[in-house]
Amino acid sequence: MAKVVIDNVRKVYPNGTEALSPSSLNIEDGEFIVLVGPSGCGKSTLLRMIAGLEDITEGSISIGERVVNTLDPAERDIAMVFQNYALYPHMSVYKNMAYGLKNRGMPKADIDTAVQKAAKLLHIEEFLNRKPSQLSGGQRQRVAMGRAIVRDPALFLFDEPLSNLDAKLRNQMRIEIRKLQRELGVTSIYVTHDQIEAMTMADRIAVLNTGKIEQIGTPAQIYHTPASIFVASFMGAPPMNILNGHYNGNGGLEIKDLGHVAVDHKLEVTGDIQVGIRPENVEIHRKEEPHTIPIKVDFLEELGAGRLLHTTIGSTPFIAHLDNEHQIDGETVFAHLPAKALHLFDASTGRRV
Amino acid sequence: MSSSDLQAPTGTTITAAGAAAVSKKPFAWRQIVDHVVLIAGSLFMLIPVLMAFMTSSHSDITVHTNGLQMTFGGHLAENYHEAMLVPGGFTKTVDGMRMLMNSFILGIGFSVGKIIISMLAAYAIVYFQFRFATLAFWAIFTTLLLPLEVRILPSYEIVQGMGLVNTYTGLIVPLIASATGTFFFRQFFKSVPNELIEAARIDGAGPVKFFIDILVPLSKTMIAAIFIIMFVFGWNQYLWPTIMTTDESFFTLVRGIKQILNVFIGSQIPEYGQAMALAIVAMVPPVLVVVIFQSWFVKGLVESDK
Ligand SMILES: Nc1ncnc2c1ncn2[C@@H]1O[C@H](COP(=O)(O)OP(=O)(O)O)[C@@H](O)[C@H]1O
Ligand SMILES: [Mg+2]
Repeated sequence: MAKVVIDNVRKVYPNGTEALSPSSLNIEDGEFIVLVGPSGCGKSTLLRMIAGLEDITEGSISIGERVVNTLDPAERDIAMVFQNYALYPHMSVYKNMAYGLKNRGMPKADIDTAVQKAAKLLHIEEFLNRKPSQLSGGQRQRVAMGRAIVRDPALFLFDEPLSNLDAKLRNQMRIEIRKLQRELGVTSIYVTHDQIEAMTMADRIAVLNTGKIEQIGTPAQIYHTPASIFVASFMGAPPMNILNGHYNGNGGLEIKDLGHVAVDHKLEVTGDIQVGIRPENVEIHRKEEPHTIPIKVDFLEELGAGRLLHTTIGSTPFIAHLDNEHQIDGETVFAHLPAKALHLFDASTGRRV
Repeated sequence: MSSSDLQAPTGTTITAAGAAAVSKKPFAWRQIVDHVVLIAGSLFMLIPVLMAFMTSSHSDITVHTNGLQMTFGGHLAENYHEAMLVPGGFTKTVDGMRMLMNSFILGIGFSVGKIIISMLAAYAIVYFQFRFATLAFWAIFTTLLLPLEVRILPSYEIVQGMGLVNTYTGLIVPLIASATGTFFFRQFFKSVPNELIEAARIDGAGPVKFFIDILVPLSKTMIAAIFIIMFVFGWNQYLWPTIMTTDESFFTLVRGIKQILNVFIGSQIPEYGQAMALAIVAMVPPVLVVVIFQSWFVKGLVESDK
């Protein structure tokens, strides 16, 4: 168990790509951190530097009290679970799990105890003599987890471990991984491009975008006070609606194609603003009421637990979430955007204001 | 063979269904043509072998007067006994068993040596970013264009200078550098997923451990394939052993057959029966290797997923 300190770490690949600009992140002992971001944003790069699979261009990484910059992966007291499982195809499940321990020179009896214990924890005891090719995707993923657990590491690293599983299994494994991690109390860093995985699993989330950490925070913080337009639109499904607006400095916010909205606090900036609102915060009325604007219903998307109303405002797509009680008839409804649900971002920097 | 076996059930159905079925299914003609081609091809390959076998059961005189035989004669045991167990040649010191053993030494030494050397070379090229790695690879690769025959005199020069004429070392070592093998293993190693190497690094496997514990077992099918090709190739080497071995006790089967037919001392009839017997014996091991390793190879292909 260990704290992890990532201090101004930067990565430039030999071909000149800067995959990660200097980034810092402090991870508490036993914490489950999710690195999330679109493909190519540098999540794997950061994870692989922590694992020791990539050199660190600048900055330092420490695990526990040790700076590990120059240590071999095997010396860092970590375990990693890969997207494609990376099981050794010619070894049985047992040998896959035992291989790392054997290389450490652990006595046979101790290896056996560790493997049996992990197998029991993961319910893979009956597969111990099978080859990976004789297992389903979910079972392989368990073996990969088992290989990580037997090492009894200070830090678990996961690189999109659930991407190859079908949706149902993914949900199930998500919960299982989280439960297991709580039980074992091992500090974990989990990489995914799936914001649902990030929201549901993380103690804290770090959102990455083009090699930069945009925001670090709990899932609630990330969701309710996104630090930038990127975070706001990346986290949440369906994504936050973003509209263009203008703020003239006296509490008057003009939203393009929508009109005037009262803002209860004074903003730091004046000028062009981007206005975000989550679909579930949009209020929809059947009749015109004060502070509503008419919108045309393009189509309704049935979710079962509600419906999504799709429309366009100006030329911007706009989505509102409706409860099941909400009856809609006709082509036109009236939307109200509550001022306290609005997220305002500086149009030039994309940062929250 | 196996493809005609696979076709057989379809063919049977058509015959059983009768003429109506045939006219309904115009491709029946194609199947017949396919089979004719396959059968013709098989006969083309098998008849000479059969002829050699039949001839090996006749006496030398019959063969000398009547040519190659297609029927079974009465001298089978005698010919094989003489060919394999009775020392022959000028020096009367080398029998067929000895030549068989030499062939095995050459075939196995050649193929195993080639596999080891080319695996190590490919491992270095693929996994170690040393300077000029690409250049080294292409340098090796271009030697594909230079067959043994091109460098046979300089090679002989060197081996002779080292005093290795008439030794197994001299027979095998100059042949085992293999551009083909290196190339195939390089392609294979490149297809091994990176994550596997990384998992091994985290598991504490250094370069040697990774090679022995992971890469070699993963390459099993590749090794089997190259072993088949190289064993047969090595077994059938003729020119190099002819130059390298003047001492009859180092003769291989392929070399020995010719020696028998060459012995025109006085009015002696060449020992055709024995030569054919040796030819048949020389044919068996490569066939066995192909048959045995092929099933292994196919099984490996089906089961493996990297
Ligand atoms: N070995 C490499 N050499 C050069 N560029 C790389 C290498 N690996 C990744 N990159 C680049 O670095 C960026 C981040 O990659 P990566 O960390 O794999 O992204 P992610 O895991 O977030 O999808 C990408 O633009 C990618 O093309
Ligand atoms: Mg990645």
